Amino acid sequence: MSSPARGATSPGRLRSLGRNLLGLGFVSPYLAFVAVVFAYPFGFAVWMSFHDYFFTAPNVVVEHPFVGFENYVTVLTDPDVRRSFVNILVFLVINVPLTVFASMVLATALNAKLPMRSFFRAAYYVPYITASVAVVGVWLWLFSSGGLVNQLLGDLAPEPSWLVNETLAMPLIAVFVAWKQLGFFIMLYLAALQNVPKELYESADVDGASTVRKFLSVTVPGVRPATTLVLIVATITGANLFTEPYLLTGGGGPDGSSASPVLLMYQRGIEQGSPDVAAAIGVLLVLFVLVVSLINRKLTERG
Amino acid sequence: MKRALPFAAALLILPLAACGGGSGGDAAKAAGSKGPIKIWYANNPEEIAWAKQMVQSWNSAHKDQKVTAQEIPAGKSSEEVIGAAITAGNAPCLVFNTSPAAVSQFQKQGGLVPLDNFPGAAEHIEKRSGDLAQQYKSDDGKYYQLPWKSNPVMISYNKKMFEKAGLDPEKPELSTYDDFLAASKKLTGKGGAKAAIWPAPSSEFFQSWFDFYPLFAAETGGKQLLEDGKAQFTGPEGQRVADFWKSMYSKGYAQKEKYNGDSFADEKAAMTIAGPWAAKVYGEKIDYGVVPVPTSKGTPAADTKTFSDAKSVGMFSSCKNQGTAWEVMKFATSRDQDGKLLETTGQMPVRDGLTGTYADFFEKNPQYKAYADAAAHTVEVPNVPESIKVWQTFRDAYSRSVIFGKSDPESELKKAAAEAEKLAGQK
Repeated sequence: MSSPARGATSPGRLRSLGRNLLGLGFVSPYLAFVAVVFAYPFGFAVWMSFHDYFFTAPNVVVEHPFVGFENYVTVLTDPDVRRSFVNILVFLVINVPLTVFASMVLATALNAKLPMRSFFRAAYYVPYITASVAVVGVWLWLFSSGGLVNQLLGDLAPEPSWLVNETLAMPLIAVFVAWKQLGFFIMLYLAALQNVPKELYESADVDGASTVRKFLSVTVPGVRPATTLVLIVATITGANLFTEPYLLTGGGGPDGSSASPVLLMYQRGIEQGSPDVAAAIGVLLVLFVLVVSLINRKLTERG
Repeated sequence: MKRALPFAAALLILPLAACGGGSGGDAAKAAGSKGPIKIWYANNPEEIAWAKQMVQSWNSAHKDQKVTAQEIPAGKSSEEVIGAAITAGNAPCLVFNTSPAAVSQFQKQGGLVPLDNFPGAAEHIEKRSGDLAQQYKSDDGKYYQLPWKSNPVMISYNKKMFEKAGLDPEKPELSTYDDFLAASKKLTGKGGAKAAIWPAPSSEFFQSWFDFYPLFAAETGGKQLLEDGKAQFTGPEGQRVADFWKSMYSKGYAQKEKYNGDSFADEKAAMTIAGPWAAKVYGEKIDYGVVPVPTSKGTPAADTKTFSDAKSVGMFSSCKNQGTAWEVMKFATSRDQDGKLLETTGQMPVRDGLTGTYADFFEKNPQYKAYADAAAHTVEVPNVPESIKVWQTFRDAYSRSVIFGKSDPESELKKAAAEAEKLAGQK
């Protein structure tokens, strides 16, 4: 009795192993990518953040003594670093809801039967695939003190102007990034909208629901999984803000009001030769993003 | 938006490269070793032209010690690229664009060869550069750089804009702070200039070299930002310079917003702080004159110190044929090659007695004479540990208190001084 049973399970196991092997084959390039490009650097960064570390030439042997939380103390007692985390929080509070709202509304509009729909879909995607440096150039022209926006605003133009205004610099960057990334998030929502059953809209029509009611009661719940994804991706990319404060506000200006943690990581780690301190900022940023993403997830799940 | 991936990748690649690389060997053996070498140079057209002729000239006479040359690879800054190359072990033998401010960091990384390893090196440097050479010594008393060329910064002014503002375009009164402020008022008023002068108000660590530091060098008669580990900028001279710039910003004579482009070339600003490279860049577009940077009481041009904006030649420890590298260094800084550098780029070799040695050039090109005179009175950035951190600390304090007027410069600079002294005291 036992022999046939063994005989019966063996081919099953083999088949199962076969399927697993095939699956493993498919996922292994990505696993290798994650291990080499994300996991190892992250582990190394954590290690660095607890040691006195600086980059040296290959033939130079130096000790990298364990320093405990010293780098974290340096970082947490640095007002510039603390401010950069507040700045990025301001950025996320403006950027993430704006991204979710604008991309969902525009995706819904672009999903309807509009004239020149393909053109509009492509138009929203263009800023996303355009190099940041080029787009920043256009925004500098728009928002500098003598720029087009201030000329249109006339006496209503802010003083000091947008990019040198401590209160407005970071919100402007948040709007810029939301605008630049919009095409990508619209695409996610457009894909999600294809899965919302048309019958629901038809039922709503029969019930006499208005366009706004249909949007709130059918579209928004229908694309909730996409909203969770957009929230998390927008939070992660937003927390890694670098190019805009580097180029748009001249290195995190005015007076550090648009400096981001990644900009400080670049300054401390690459420019100033303190990768250990930069790594400590990086680890704190990862924790910060984890906490914010967790809050986002809880909120969307509850909703 | 740039993600953290490139940064993470850099953190990964650098130590991996450090583990996998291999170079050096015995220092003495390397110092005597001859053979082919690689060099990097800056990527502006004038320096490319000079480097190409220098390399061609060397290679034609040294077939067995061929020099392969290329522009410094693109990056956010040369220092960042060189720092990464040191760590990866693939730095070239020589870089003809080494910033003196980065030398202490490269030295700490073990990336630079002390040139004192080569017989007669210190003598070559000191004979060529005279007293100025001392500013380029590291804290252990050795030369890790050969001071190569300087761009003594001065005030360039647009004659047409000065005339429009009712100012004398040939001999403008700009020697004292009061003169400078009065001229700025006319330039932005009657003259219609958007700014009298428009130094970059951004936060990069090096920006103070082109606003505060030249005036500080002039006001103090040649002090560096730090001397003997002590910050010098909290004294009355530093305070006067800070107050002067604060007035320029608060009165709107200098703009707090960065100009996207070249404000002087676009005639948005009537003045700029620039070195002799300006002659080639602005020479054909703008009719401009040159005066020394102002001081509170006015200093005769011949005695006015200024910032050097110099670049050095560094030899990197990954170089196997250091003997050849040193010979190329000497060749590239010979009297003949220095003359060619002057002719091709308009930049000043850090060489004693410049105007006498190249009298013909200055006779034919009188627009460079003022810069050559200033080159003898230049002040370098202090060669101290954590130099870039020191400058960033200073810049942040200056930006907060002087440019944006958010705090009192005196107390802000005192805080920066304490931090700078702490940083410079680190080994």
